[in-house]
Amino acid sequence: MSSSIENLVNREYKFGFVTDIEADTIPAGLGEDTVRAISAKKHEPAWLLDWRLKALRRWTTMKEPHWGNVRYEPIDYQDQVYYSAPRTAKPLGSMDDVDPKLREAYDKLGIPLKEQQVLAGVAVDAVFDSVSVGTTYREQLAKLGIIFCSLGEAVREHPDLVRKYLGTVVPYSDNFYASLNSAVFSDGSFVYVPPGVRCPMELSTYFRINAANTGQFERTLIIADTGAYVSYLEGCTAPKRATNQLHAAVVELIALENATVKYSTVQNWYAGDEEGRGGIFNFVTKRGKCAGANSKISWTQVETGSAITWKYPSVILQGDNSVGEFYSVAVVNHHQQADTGTKMLHLGRNTRSNIVSKGISAGQGNNSYRGRVFVGPKAAGARNYTQCDSMLIGNRCGAHTFPYIEVGNDTAQVEHEASTSKIGEDQIFYLQQRGISKENAVSMIVAGFCKDVFKELPMEFALEAQQLLGITLEGSVG
Amino acid sequence: MTAPVLLRDFETFAANGGGSGPSWLLPLRRQAIDRFAALGFPTPKNEDWHFTSVVPIAEGSFRAVPDAPARSVRLGRADVEAFTFGRPDWIRLVFVNGRFDASLSGGATPPTGVTVTDLATAWHEQPDVLERYVGTVADFQRTAFTALNTAFMHDGAAIQIAPNVELETPVHLVFVSTPEAAGTASHVRTLVVAGHQSKATVIESYVSLGGAKGYFTNAVTEAVLGDGATLTHVKLQTESEQAFHVGTLQAHQGRDSHLVSFSYAAGGELARTNVYTRLAGEGCGATLHGLYLLDGQQHVDQQTRIEHASPNTFSREVYKGVLDGSSHGVFNGQVYVRPEAQKTDGKQENNNLLLSAQARVDTKPQLEIFADDVKCTHGATVGRLDELALFYMKSRGIGAEQARKLLTYAFAAGVIEAVGVPEVRAELEALTLRRFTGALAGS
Repeated sequence: MSSSIENLVNREYKFGFVTDIEADTIPAGLGEDTVRAISAKKHEPAWLLDWRLKALRRWTTMKEPHWGNVRYEPIDYQDQVYYSAPRTAKPLGSMDDVDPKLREAYDKLGIPLKEQQVLAGVAVDAVFDSVSVGTTYREQLAKLGIIFCSLGEAVREHPDLVRKYLGTVVPYSDNFYASLNSAVFSDGSFVYVPPGVRCPMELSTYFRINAANTGQFERTLIIADTGAYVSYLEGCTAPKRATNQLHAAVVELIALENATVKYSTVQNWYAGDEEGRGGIFNFVTKRGKCAGANSKISWTQVETGSAITWKYPSVILQGDNSVGEFYSVAVVNHHQQADTGTKMLHLGRNTRSNIVSKGISAGQGNNSYRGRVFVGPKAAGARNYTQCDSMLIGNRCGAHTFPYIEVGNDTAQVEHEASTSKIGEDQIFYLQQRGISKENAVSMIVAGFCKDVFKELPMEFALEAQQLLGITLEGSVG
Repeated sequence: MTAPVLLRDFETFAANGGGSGPSWLLPLRRQAIDRFAALGFPTPKNEDWHFTSVVPIAEGSFRAVPDAPARSVRLGRADVEAFTFGRPDWIRLVFVNGRFDASLSGGATPPTGVTVTDLATAWHEQPDVLERYVGTVADFQRTAFTALNTAFMHDGAAIQIAPNVELETPVHLVFVSTPEAAGTASHVRTLVVAGHQSKATVIESYVSLGGAKGYFTNAVTEAVLGDGATLTHVKLQTESEQAFHVGTLQAHQGRDSHLVSFSYAAGGELARTNVYTRLAGEGCGATLHGLYLLDGQQHVDQQTRIEHASPNTFSREVYKGVLDGSSHGVFNGQVYVRPEAQKTDGKQENNNLLLSAQARVDTKPQLEIFADDVKCTHGATVGRLDELALFYMKSRGIGAEQARKLLTYAFAAGVIEAVGVPEVRAELEALTLRRFTGALAGS
């Protein structure tokens, strides 16, 4: 390993700083009191508190799932803090009212909260620990009837919409982490695009975990009404801490007739150090429902962070002719473990799904693709194409593929292809022979390997994802 | 055959001496039954049994009768002629309801360096060889059905090929079930020891006679391949469609050895075939082929696990399934590459053809890779007959039904072609044709 690469390996996680800000935190532990306290802090209506309590009661009867191909020390759910919010005196009138310390934190992350500095055409909702600290471009969006705000605000201002859709895609009883989230979710984003409206800009949420020993349980709900279109981006970072932190989010997408939702994630939670100490446990339930005919939901994810990732963005293809897409790049280095993939549930006629998954394993990381393609008896003419490729860098890492293909209709056509191989030495040799350094050769090959996924990302994210990938893999080729 | 009943049956069996056999056998049986008691019958929560429920077997009243007298049923050679499709000079062992029947067996005398013995005889004649291998390859620690077989194994075959011996004539083991088998379980066990640089072909047929039904076959074959050995193993499972079958082939391969396996499954109400191999020696490899043809209410599950444990090992796998009626097919293929198995070259393919709206298939090709310098691919497809091809054939004057038959047969034939023994290939072609003619006649 050349010394310059070694330096890069030892380079610190860029987003590992801690913002020292006064916070309103409830004591650690989980019980009905915790749930009531969170609900009271957010001035929630009774129906939502009831829903949370139902979820909590369900959760206490559930067992933590261990079928994933990941190993970790048991989590003490009573030792977590379920709510932590930066202390602000008054409700925000405009973005200028955001605490300067918070703004500084977001500036460091490269997320400008001041509208004039925002990259043209991206509206940002910034979530800091348990609450949303500000949303940009709200007025312009409101003129088109688009609602983009924190979920907490939506509960207060658009209770009917929230009540109608919350939990319809991921019910409170769905799985262990989804139930936990339903009980204690703090904040998240809410998007509603009215019929026939094409959202003119990318909507984006930036999640930041700051406080120690605090779990982040955000919940995002996006609804595209008939004929609407929305593209949504999500980014996340957390400080470097020696202990593991829990992140159990839920994302629900709903696309009505002829609507399209595109959801992109660049996940860069703190991954732990080279020895595997610390890092975020990322246990996330993301699911979309193509409820109407001709609707489309597309997931794109670039997973580079987190000590452990357990995440399966899925699509329920209920409407006839609906389309589900999943494009993923998952990178593990050092001691990271990722068990990620997708579920495509074909229920309607002529539904189509496309899965492209690229896994890169380096260091002692373990990367698993776990996917399910289900074709129900009524899904005549369903079509699925799956491709999952893995690349291995070094001989202490692992790459695994667990595809489940369940077909119950004879008119369906399902194809699955997977390959695993080493980064091509002949390719590196060729590039070196053309005068390109080894490091650049590797990053070119990796970029080429991931191209099919990156081209699905919105422009703002594609660049960031490329750089992120470079940083994550630095030093893994000697 | 619920687990407690089985445990009681075992105690009775053990009290009567645990069948006759060398002194080390009973402790081995005891170890296996204890393991079975701990494991219990697999449930769909067990990842390897996710799509297959063994409730009908677990709740069925199949009693293991390891000490039943042999030859309780009398069959003539004419009765089994239909199943002994090979040349007369093959080495043939016939088992009726899990018991060796010397009068039906025969064929060629094994050449020098080759011994083919029924297991009951082998316990006495070759106790050392059996002690060395039995239970060492077929893993009963993880697999409940193998544990059960190890506890109750009563008959089967012991086949030994001395180093450097090439056995030209195949060994054909025919396991026949008759109506008398109803309500019983037969735990047959076969051991194949192929010495270094040896070559052999072993064919196992599981068949039923005279409307036999309601029985359970739990067969285990363990194979040890010495350095440079080549073993061809063919399994033809055409049990009664009202019977249960669980069969396991588990192999351990030495350096530069080659296991060639073909698994044909068309019988059974609930049937499962496991083909497991450990590529332990450097440069060895496995070629696994399979064909499953289902109809009616059948549920047939094909499992394979190839463990690449040494450098420069290879595996090639093609399994094809044709599903008609309301049948349910399952394929689960695992390729496991250990960190030390650098330069592994693995290819796996599973193709399924659905012929009816009620048929269902679950397939799970699985790669688990811990070494970096490898080349592994897998593919799986599910679909129906190509409309364009059907149309083309119709436009050339071939009737719709004939066209369907031809295309379906062509799909299956692709994997039959891989069989090296001409007689077996011919038999498979005949079986496949018969299957489709029968299946299509009613449609």
